[in-house]
Amino acid sequence: MTRVVVIGAGPAGLAAAEHALRAGATVTVLDEAERPGGQYHRMLPRAYAARSQHRLQHGWRAFDRRQRRVREHPRCTFSARTSVWALEPRADLPPLVHLLRGAADAAGGRAVLDPDALVLATGAHDRVLPFPGWDLPGVFTAGAAQALAKGERVLVGERAVVCGTGPFLLPVAASLLEAGGRVPAVLEANPAATLLRGWAARGWELVPQAGKAIELAGYATGQLRHRTPYRTGRAVVEARGDGRVEEVVSARLRPDWSPVPGTEQVLPVDAVCVGHGFSPRLELPVAAGCALDRGEFVLVDGDQRTSVAGVYAAGEITGVAGAPAAATEGAVAGWVAGGGDPAGITRLRRRRDRGRAFAARLARAHPTGSGWPGWLRPDTVLCRCEGTDYRTLRRALERPARSGARAVRLGTRAGLGPCQGRICGPTVAELTARSGGEVCTVHHRPIAQPIRLADLAGTPEKERDR
Amino acid sequence: MSPRMVPAAADRAGRTDRPLAITVDGAPVSGIEGQSIAGVLLGAGRLSWRRGPSGPRGVFCGIGACFDCLVTVNGEPDVRACRRTAREGDAVLTRERE
Ligand SMILES: Cc1cc2nc3c(=O)[nH]c(=O)nc-3n(C[C@H](O)[C@H](O)[C@H](O)COP(=O)(O)OP(=O)(O)OC[C@H]3O[C@@H](n4cnc5c(N)ncnc54)[C@H](O)[C@@H]3O)c2cc1C
Ligand code: FES
Repeated sequence: MTRVVVIGAGPAGLAAAEHALRAGATVTVLDEAERPGGQYHRMLPRAYAARSQHRLQHGWRAFDRRQRRVREHPRCTFSARTSVWALEPRADLPPLVHLLRGAADAAGGRAVLDPDALVLATGAHDRVLPFPGWDLPGVFTAGAAQALAKGERVLVGERAVVCGTGPFLLPVAASLLEAGGRVPAVLEANPAATLLRGWAARGWELVPQAGKAIELAGYATGQLRHRTPYRTGRAVVEARGDGRVEEVVSARLRPDWSPVPGTEQVLPVDAVCVGHGFSPRLELPVAAGCALDRGEFVLVDGDQRTSVAGVYAAGEITGVAGAPAAATEGAVAGWVAGGGDPAGITRLRRRRDRGRAFAARLARAHPTGSGWPGWLRPDTVLCRCEGTDYRTLRRALERPARSGARAVRLGTRAGLGPCQGRICGPTVAELTARSGGEVCTVHHRPIAQPIRLADLAGTPEKERDR
Repeated sequence: MSPRMVPAAADRAGRTDRPLAITVDGAPVSGIEGQSIAGVLLGAGRLSWRRGPSGPRGVFCGIGACFDCLVTVNGEPDVRACRRTAREGDAVLTRERE
């Protein structure tokens, strides 16, 4: 029987597990979180003993049925609080899966799995472009604000401005309001004209994503509309305060995101929730040797196969289109990885194709302009871990002999801190590319999750699926 | 004007909180069972607890990607506070290692 290992229990990974089980495989699902659901169906901790969790979630019942079906299936092993820290490639076989079980960043619990097929569904984290003051306490990624409100019932601030780009800003604002906070404004950096061009073109593509579109329209017309202005073509260009955020400066942006001088407005806030889209978590796909699509996403074929034998990918790592599209991709990946006949899922595949079209539409409606460095100052921090500022990077890039990606990294230390460039990587790569420098693959991190040296030196427990 | 928990009585999710106590740099801080260490700190009104290269740091990404929120827990350094579930009696140190 095919032994399928699924990494990630978000919408994509859960659907993959369900369909691999349906195809007859033995399935192991691994996720570093305590509970399934990923970023979208973020469940409250079990210890909260929440009676009415469904009130905080879209599509809760369908999700809850699916997660139970998967977890309670006799051929499924659901392994929560398990992080995969490395994949070890093998010739003609999917890679070995190295994992750590137990509390996050704790010692011990090392093990290794040997799958017949591997489904990668590790999702994404927020992408955030730097601006002066973005390193002040009180500036959160939009996802962090969402995760804390939905997943822990912590409100990050009483008066929080939500800014950046993308439809995701709306559910974040709604969650902050739901949790009892105030949101003086949602600022979308792209002008209304760009949004309309992206969203209005080829309307038929939206039909299969109707659930998502209705969810978004609900935010736009519901309580949000009465309590929070949604302003387009405007961005937070500076956060200020003494040791924490006290106010922000916003400015009008041109369509290319360069700030228009003289349009600045000061807004008192105690939190900033900012997101400029998502960065796929590509460490594991890259470690497995999967080819990338234009360096951005994992390249997959019509069956969600990657370029590596026996390795499939689904969800935000192959393109950003929201939870329903991620789940459809996961279903295709799981079915084929589990040995199901690809010809038997024509309708599913068609739905998946429309999800991909939706991803393209999202990218068109919410592009990242090229003028954002216009709001940087020489002393704006680019790399939060090492404190590298814009001036230092520019100096390194001005010396052509040294502007190779490695030289820039070593010379400025940008990307060498504990996050290993997960946050500043895309920024530094973009600024480097624009100055004509050579850009490295920012995703190459042989160790995807921190591991203690003692564990690295020890021998892992060899596990075989039943 | 600081972060806070949604009060259980007002929470539509219908929580039943069980209190939990940890120490942070030796001082007692209370939270509830199931919270992350970052959640306990934020819920107690603390926005930052670590010195970064350009100033104080707390939570930024909330999901384990940025490493801004690092603390030492029961002697174990470099634990991501946003990912580690708090346990009764945890001794959290926010100071950097010397
Ligand atoms: C912080 C955050 C909050 C979000 N909240 C919302 C929201 O409220 N509404 C919305 O519409 N969209 C939200 N999104 C967008 C969201 O990414 C998608 O809607 C959807 O969840 C993507 O599904 P997925 O299955 O591809 O990935 P995810 O849902 O991200 O699932 C990936 C899973 O993989 C696990 N994982 C990753 N790496 C490893 C590893 N090395 N070892 C073990 N496990 C691993 C993660 O713990 C996670 O559970 C959010 C995104 C982020 C980053
Ligand atoms: S807040 Fe980013 S790792 Fe904890």
